[in-house]
Amino acid sequence: MAPILDIKNLYKNYGATEILKDINISIEPGDFLVLVGPSGCGKSTLLNCIAGLEPISGGTLSIGGKDMTHVSPKDRDIAMVFQSYALYPTMSVAKNITFGMKVRGVDQATQDAKLKEVASLLQIEPLLNRRPSQLSGGQRQRVAMGRALVRDPKLFLFDEPLSNLDAKLRVEMRTEIKKLHQTLDASIVYVTHDQIEAMTLATKIVVLKGGVVQQIGTPAEIYNRPANLFVADFMGSPAMNLIPARVQRNGTSTQVAIARAGGDPIVLTDTRDLHLPEEVILGLRPEDIAEAGFRAGAGVQEAACLVDMVEPAGADTYVVSELGGKQVTARLHAETSAQAGQMLNLAFDMSKVSYFAKDTGERLN
Amino acid sequence: MTDLSMPRTRAQGTAGKTALRWLLYVLLGLFALYYLMPLFVMVTTSLKSLEEIRTGSLIALPRDVTLEAWKTAWSSACTGIQCEGLRPYFWNSVLIAVPAVILSTLLGALNGYVVAQWRFRGANIIFSLMLFGCFIPFQVVLLPMARLLGLMGLAGTIPGLIFVHVIYGLGFTTLFFRNYYVTIPAELTKAARVDGAGFLRIFWSIFLPLSLPIVVVTVIWQFTQIWNDFLFGVSFSQAGTQPVTVALNNIVNSTTGVKEYNVDMAAAIIAGLPTLLVYVVAGKYFIRGLTAGSVKG
Repeated sequence: MAPILDIKNLYKNYGATEILKDINISIEPGDFLVLVGPSGCGKSTLLNCIAGLEPISGGTLSIGGKDMTHVSPKDRDIAMVFQSYALYPTMSVAKNITFGMKVRGVDQATQDAKLKEVASLLQIEPLLNRRPSQLSGGQRQRVAMGRALVRDPKLFLFDEPLSNLDAKLRVEMRTEIKKLHQTLDASIVYVTHDQIEAMTLATKIVVLKGGVVQQIGTPAEIYNRPANLFVADFMGSPAMNLIPARVQRNGTSTQVAIARAGGDPIVLTDTRDLHLPEEVILGLRPEDIAEAGFRAGAGVQEAACLVDMVEPAGADTYVVSELGGKQVTARLHAETSAQAGQMLNLAFDMSKVSYFAKDTGERLN
Repeated sequence: MTDLSMPRTRAQGTAGKTALRWLLYVLLGLFALYYLMPLFVMVTTSLKSLEEIRTGSLIALPRDVTLEAWKTAWSSACTGIQCEGLRPYFWNSVLIAVPAVILSTLLGALNGYVVAQWRFRGANIIFSLMLFGCFIPFQVVLLPMARLLGLMGLAGTIPGLIFVHVIYGLGFTTLFFRNYYVTIPAELTKAARVDGAGFLRIFWSIFLPLSLPIVVVTVIWQFTQIWNDFLFGVSFSQAGTQPVTVALNNIVNSTTGVKEYNVDMAAAIIAGLPTLLVYVVAGKYFIRGLTAGSVKG
């Protein structure tokens, strides 16, 4: 099937400043693409470029197989939900939703039918005669989505739609957006700075930094095999432990030495056949470090570490220890007896380890 | 002892506060009277007969109230050689002010909308130049403007005066609307563009309905400016197209023989009444519009 959105070699400059550099993204119909990155990484600019609200400086962009590089937003067959919702303040909810159809000269009967359909889908029928100022944040969010859904476009664009909601509502709306995506089988491009939103919603994630794509992949790929130190650090909470280590090859396996506070270096064995430089950054997620005896498997190796801090979080308990000069977080079961200041045997799942080059930060394995 | 002295000091404090409050009221009342005095003298004088003005005191109430002076001022006072009163000139002013206010407000709204919401290269420079237009002294443009009006064939006509006032008002009206529209989130325009609305549709359907407070401010401001204008009125008009301010000046200055103070006063009140009316009717929106903040979706 032809890609629904195809971006090739896209550049965006403001004067001499390069905002986006050589972006190549392609998504299939039904994909939920999330653009994620820290603020100022260009993700909203990229979305505005896709919408046609910002002209692009180089490259091409096609939607639904048609070249849209120089087409105005209204002819791109897209709908967009904005961070501030951008509801028309002087119009009722119903008028807000039907404004686009009215502008396009859709007949009244179709407008009414569409409005009814969308209102019942989003459960906003009782609100139709209200003004935006009379709605709560969550209700405004629904109306903004209604305005997009009613258009039935080829591509939906979401610009940080949940960042103005409180934490509880955000989780609720996140679930609803995911449900909507599944029921409508819509193609969506979604911008967020929240990596949890990215992980939970996406079928495909694009991680951006400084206008450059760092990695494109499924949530699992991004999470398990980050392409570089930036992605490793950005995705996941708590963040991946990134520990400086020394590597020595021993037959077909690899010996990894990590400096340890209050003792000799820990030496762990990675049984995978790897070709690594002598000094690397070792990346291991907190959940891949457990209390000794609670994790089994081929790659699991144990070592005693000095516990600096214990942070109970309800379902889990996080234990922090200094390894290789870094604060390393391990995710232990809730009933652990670990105490700060004591030595504790930790189990490292070496089969999950990512290695990164010390100088470039690129993934090595 | 202590529990006895406590209430007394509190009572003293209350008394002191009351006295202060009264002093304040008296002072404010005096100021108000001072400012109202000229109006009082104008109104009472306009209601007196010439005879009474000559014999009575300036601030005395009229013994016999007569509207004769008002009638004269409206329909038969002499402005130079013609003796038709203010009436024709009053209508001239209406014919100048109403279209000029409407046009300059509409154009200002469009300009402000463009400068605030459709950022283009050089938008800031153009806006600064327009602002600069607010501060060019009127006298400087009199001659070039006269020449321009002559070239356009509008010299001495009411459309010519409308043109001058629209041009001169644009700086201010653009400033008003631009500052108001700048507080409206840019995402609103983006949303409307994605919805398929064009430049004018967005202005008409989304921005204008939001603009009542600033429209009121602009209308009051422009109406006051244009109605009260004397310099342009006297420079760019000819017999028959003069606005009411010029006619008032002519009535007051061209009296032969006895000075008809009552007619002068009545004429002055008539000339000033419309601006007063506009302010009374729409005044409460004036302050509200000037301080109106951002529009929340």
